[in-house]
Amino acid sequence: MVCDVCGKNQATVHLTEIIDEQMNELHLCEECARQKSVKMEQQFGLADLLAGLSDFQKPSEEKEIISLKCPECGLMYKDFKKLGRMGCGECYSTFRKYLAPLLKKIHGSNTHFGKSPIKVPKAAKEKNNLQDLRFMLQKAIQREAYEEAAQIRDQIKKFQEKQTKDTSE
Amino acid sequence: MELNDLMKNPSEWLKGSGPHSDIVISSRIRLARNLDKIPFPNWANKKQVKQVLDTVVDAVGKVACLNKTSVLKMADIGNTDKQFLVERHLMSLDHAQKDNSRAIVIDEDEVISIMINEEDHIRIQVMQSGFNLYECWNIINRIDDGLSGELKFAFLPDWGYLTACPTNIGTGMRGSVMLHLPALVMTRQVNHVLAAIAKLSFTTRGLYGEGTQASGNFFQISNQVSLGQKEEEIIENINGLIRQIIEQENQAREVLLSQNRALVEDKVNRSFGILKSAHIITSQETIELLSMVRLGFDLGMVKDIDRRTINELFIIIQPAHLQRLDEKKISSQERDVKRAELIRKRLTNSR
Repeated sequence: MVCDVCGKNQATVHLTEIIDEQMNELHLCEECARQKSVKMEQQFGLADLLAGLSDFQKPSEEKEIISLKCPECGLMYKDFKKLGRMGCGECYSTFRKYLAPLLKKIHGSNTHFGKSPIKVPKAAKEKNNLQDLRFMLQKAIQREAYEEAAQIRDQIKKFQEKQTKDTSE
Repeated sequence: MELNDLMKNPSEWLKGSGPHSDIVISSRIRLARNLDKIPFPNWANKKQVKQVLDTVVDAVGKVACLNKTSVLKMADIGNTDKQFLVERHLMSLDHAQKDNSRAIVIDEDEVISIMINEEDHIRIQVMQSGFNLYECWNIINRIDDGLSGELKFAFLPDWGYLTACPTNIGTGMRGSVMLHLPALVMTRQVNHVLAAIAKLSFTTRGLYGEGTQASGNFFQISNQVSLGQKEEEIIENINGLIRQIIEQENQAREVLLSQNRALVEDKVNRSFGILKSAHIITSQETIELLSMVRLGFDLGMVKDIDRRTINELFIIIQPAHLQRLDEKKISSQERDVKRAELIRKRLTNSR
């Protein structure tokens, strides 16, 4: 008997699938059977995962979620349900409300305590910029150029506000 | 670097050295990372995937601790070579199967491997022989810091590193330890151990990685939870569990020896005998027999061999490794003959 999938190799694995009460017999070679079993495993893992999402039962809410779309990559919530994978990093912010309980279910927690990316180039650059501005302010005051000093002071203030905003985000 | 060089120099993780190397084959940590604002590989278009490949390869070139690595693009290597890399645990089967702008970065000692555009943009892996997750962490943490200085990763302060699959979010970390537990299998206790592991939300896989059955008494144990714990906590939790399993395996070995020494000696020496004299042998049979010889070595019953030779045999008897020894394509029957020949040669040479 030849494999039903590749039609080339000898079928050595005989599989009976029942989908929606329809019985299906498949005769597969070793290679195709292995690929199929990997796929099945992934689907099962996924189904378990998404079971955690059925927390929101209200039909109105369900409808709202299903049509939610990530502005960055265009992934819709229904795509996630089908694929079990996010489209991009931004998806996590887009679907945040619905993902928080899922993460809790998977990991037992939804707060990160591990390391963060180091931002040497950007942080160092900003620090340098701030130091430059402070130096310029000092010079302006020494020269009694108060109008210029006030401008620089405003720039520093703006810079610091941006930094605190960046770090609190 | 040529792939043939890898054949000549055995992988670091097969050395058979390091703490508890009688029971622990190897330790491994992987980190999943993605670039900010670019769709994950399976959702990205061709142009974006190519852009990721170029960006990451460029960054790898700038990181000091990666200066001894080479980049192998999947588009440039054949199927046997891809399979060869999978068999050496340097990349996943999935990475070998699709070749749209994928690559792997490896070093000569096979300690570091970085898969580009697998399920996530970047999957860094570091392997060590023996029970040594902390050393893996020291190395991989430096690589990660180096790369994060060059690349902007997708990251949220409260959810950590963002990954294609929500099961990897947070630290993006998976620590794995490969164990050889023949005595727990022979005394029929291993199922209790595995059931306990599953309850503690750890997973068990076989010798040849994801999606494979445990065979030849080998079990790979890894954490499932990646969010809510520090990296060091995850490692410590795995370590605690592994220490217990090592103790149980040692106890089971003592029980076997005190109650059934003759039986164990018989099994070990018969296995060694078959390996040294067989002319046709399948990989499954080889793995089972090698497992017994490895146990015999640990218990001092087999002397004229070393652990490294045994460890290496598990890897080099696989199909792509055997295929690489030949110019023409060989069938699985021919492979069984080649395999037996290779094993006989290795076992007599090592004396």
